[in-house]
Amino acid sequence: MEYETVIGLEVHAQLKTNTKAFCGCRNEFGLEPNSSVCPVCLGFPGSLPVLNKRAFELAIKTALALGCRIQPLTKFDRKNYFYPDLPKNFQISQYDMPLSLNGFLQIEEEGYKKRIGIKRIHLEEDAGKLMHEENNSLVDFNRAGTPLMEIVSEPDMSSPQEAYDYLTALKLILQYLEVSECSMEKGTLRCDANISLREKGAKALGVKAELKNLNSFKAVKAALEYEEIRQRAALEAGGKIIQETRLWNDASLKTVPMRSKEEAQDYRYFPEPDLISFTIGEKEVEGIRKTIPELPLKRRQRFSDDYGLSRYDAGVLISDRLLADYFEGCLKIRNAPKPIANWLNGPVMSFMNERGASIAELGIRQGDLIDLIALVEDGTINNLTAKDVLREMLQTKSSPRDIIKQKDLAQISDSGELSGLIEEAVRENEKTVADYKAGKVSALMFLVGQVMRKSKGKANPNLLQDMIKRRLS
Amino acid sequence: MELNRLTIHELLDNKEIAAPDIFDSLARRIKDVEGKVKAFVRVDRTESGQPRQNPQAETLLKGIPIVIKDNICVKGSLTECCSKILQGFSPPYDATVITKLRAAGAAIYGLRANMDEFAFGSSTENSCFGASRNPHDPSRVPGGSSGGSAACVAADEAIAALGSDTGGSIRQPASFCGVVGLKPSYGRVSRYGLIAFASSLDQIGPITKDVRDAAILLSVIAGYDEMDSTSQRIPVADYTKALTGDIKGLKIGVPKEYFVEGVDKEVKDAAREAIEVFKKKGAVVRDISLKYTEYAVPTYYIIATAEASSNLARFDAVQYGYRPKLPAKASLIEMYKKARGEGFGQEAKRRIILGTYVLSHGYYDAYYLRAQKVRTLIKGDFDRALNEVDCVITPTSPSCAFRIGEKLEDPLSMYLSDIYTISANLAGIPAISIPAGMSKSGLPIGIQILGKAFDEATVLRAAHSFEQNTEWHKIKPNL
Ligand SMILES: [Zn+2]
Repeated sequence: MEYETVIGLEVHAQLKTNTKAFCGCRNEFGLEPNSSVCPVCLGFPGSLPVLNKRAFELAIKTALALGCRIQPLTKFDRKNYFYPDLPKNFQISQYDMPLSLNGFLQIEEEGYKKRIGIKRIHLEEDAGKLMHEENNSLVDFNRAGTPLMEIVSEPDMSSPQEAYDYLTALKLILQYLEVSECSMEKGTLRCDANISLREKGAKALGVKAELKNLNSFKAVKAALEYEEIRQRAALEAGGKIIQETRLWNDASLKTVPMRSKEEAQDYRYFPEPDLISFTIGEKEVEGIRKTIPELPLKRRQRFSDDYGLSRYDAGVLISDRLLADYFEGCLKIRNAPKPIANWLNGPVMSFMNERGASIAELGIRQGDLIDLIALVEDGTINNLTAKDVLREMLQTKSSPRDIIKQKDLAQISDSGELSGLIEEAVRENEKTVADYKAGKVSALMFLVGQVMRKSKGKANPNLLQDMIKRRLS
Repeated sequence: MELNRLTIHELLDNKEIAAPDIFDSLARRIKDVEGKVKAFVRVDRTESGQPRQNPQAETLLKGIPIVIKDNICVKGSLTECCSKILQGFSPPYDATVITKLRAAGAAIYGLRANMDEFAFGSSTENSCFGASRNPHDPSRVPGGSSGGSAACVAADEAIAALGSDTGGSIRQPASFCGVVGLKPSYGRVSRYGLIAFASSLDQIGPITKDVRDAAILLSVIAGYDEMDSTSQRIPVADYTKALTGDIKGLKIGVPKEYFVEGVDKEVKDAAREAIEVFKKKGAVVRDISLKYTEYAVPTYYIIATAEASSNLARFDAVQYGYRPKLPAKASLIEMYKKARGEGFGQEAKRRIILGTYVLSHGYYDAYYLRAQKVRTLIKGDFDRALNEVDCVITPTSPSCAFRIGEKLEDPLSMYLSDIYTISANLAGIPAISIPAGMSKSGLPIGIQILGKAFDEATVLRAAHSFEQNTEWHKIKPNL
């Protein structure tokens, strides 16, 4: 029998607000434990929640960007369960009247395009964090009450790769919207996955497993791949899948059962009486809509159409909003999309990777980069030297012209000076010269290399090649 | 002069009286009668418990002490809801009403009034500190859950007090003790700092010796609070200005559903006589029907316990309050079980279990959701009625104060003593209980006046007019 995989994802993104969801405490990662807490987020008796308007706006912004229907009337509910990191032993969340429903996310990857449905987006508060020592459990409530946005997809993904692509696309959108930092390491982006298998073509969904503890996009993919195999093997052996929650173990690369449905929680949802239901005005929604920037897919298309970039180059650029902004900033100085894109996607990006820095953190002035490119094009320096100049620019923050002057890096295009060096190389490499004359083309490049070294990399490579060819003909 | 016997406005009228003298007078009275009344659970001697004199003589309350029910947070002062599970809890913040009282110059001098644990009850017998007593007959209950607040005011151990009212917890004890108790409209007074029983029903209000004092205190504590999303931005009047004495043409509705069997004859008679007083002063009285009245009690107990079960979940011994002694390797669940098992009293447990049940999967629709729908009907009842009349008059409680222990083993009959007060909480409207008679056995009888949402002024005006023309509020207990 042939099976098909059905995957749905629940993504929790911590919203980038100054303060928490229902109180005025700072919403910031990495503070001294329990230093950003107050009676409200600690759930002290008598305290009451007050909705952070900014959190609400960011969630609406996301919902609009994902084509969701904003619900005119929305309310909060209590999700009741006991856990020591949950100060009130209930979580303020949204149950049957979330702020938005029914959107979609378009993914376009190598070889396919797909629309993944978004079932709902809602707001809720986060819990604190437990830390277990040998004999003690400690709790840090700094995270308690920070605003989370839960984005629930439809079960529209049919492979772990699609799930991975969905996550990548979603993360990029959230970053473009500037609603979340989206760091899985810091826990500002978290993902649970539901996966089931069904007979190919069948309508009804199979019995699903819910996967938790997924700490990276890679882990999501790996866990789904593992589950796909496990479930298929079980079904093929005539067994049954039980609905359960499974934890991904990053060390053993396996999923293991956490709890089965029999002991599932009864959350006893009911309307949060401390926050009355409220309506969102059309005008307010439109105001928020105006703050949505151009989104990644659209930007990619525009980069291809308007600047003649390849889909690949455009894709690399837009995958980092800051880099894409930088690119467009450069274009305003000089309209040369191709070479600028090549420089950004090539050397600049490798410096970013090397240093783990954003384009802003590298601190290259756009004018300097344009200058550097021009200096290569007019033959002042060659490509190789240009990379050294760029490295020097990062370190000293000097302009490329100053660096070239200071370090005497200008290209040697003087044929007199070069022919001296060529003569030297010919003398020292008699065998190579003979090889070349015997028809071995690669010998030429060796000689070019030798002369280049003698010139300390400054020789104009094209001129050099021509001169050596002439000398040996 | 026995200053302890005076009202707020009498003290304010007499400019010669200094705050320390009021304290001394109250302290003497407390020393004399508290052994019989047991209205207080604690005298807090910490900073916020000390009498303070406001140097600015212009403040409204000028150092007059106000007694606070044990479920309203006072910064740095033990606030335990008369529950073992909150043992040692001292909030790092003032409830908004406390902030407002302080700003008005009142002294929050650390006397905390007894109450039913977490406000669960109608007799103040469910307190971990033991029962309070009715000053008119110490073998009887003072009512609940603000029984301590009502008893201390009735016994002249206090000038005035704050209570909280979820289903009648201010009005029923006021009625039992022969004092005035006002439950404001839902959203009128901030609940910030009131340890929640049922969030959609709770409201803080004054318990006073007369209507004028209730108006004064309401003017101080009412108003929008950005810390409480359910408080409303509706202007607060100087409610004492409403006390004109003139009720000519005031339309009063008398619901037939409140004068049925099961109501004590003496109570019914007192209410009827009260209605005559209103008529004499020119009010227009007409019979009305509030047809969903019979569903109020079950509706209330579903909604109130559901919310309470969730509100009380935070008492888990993790952050504050009672931490049980545990064996060396106790699990988390063991800690929860032991803390909550030992920390909560019988009635609290009963309500938590009931509330958990009505919210649980498969029962939500049958109980909670249905109760919400009935609540809407009850509210509609009042909306319709109060469209035709300006206020509604009913008995406050079907009987006078019952004996201590009498209803303890029969929670259902205890629940029924709130039958006339509960609807106002479900509908969110203001209601006041004022003294309107004495039984043959010498127990106070109260009547209740209900009004339109946020129209406290009319309720106070009607109550004040009645008070002006009767002497019931002047009867003091023999202690
Ligand atoms: Zn906080």
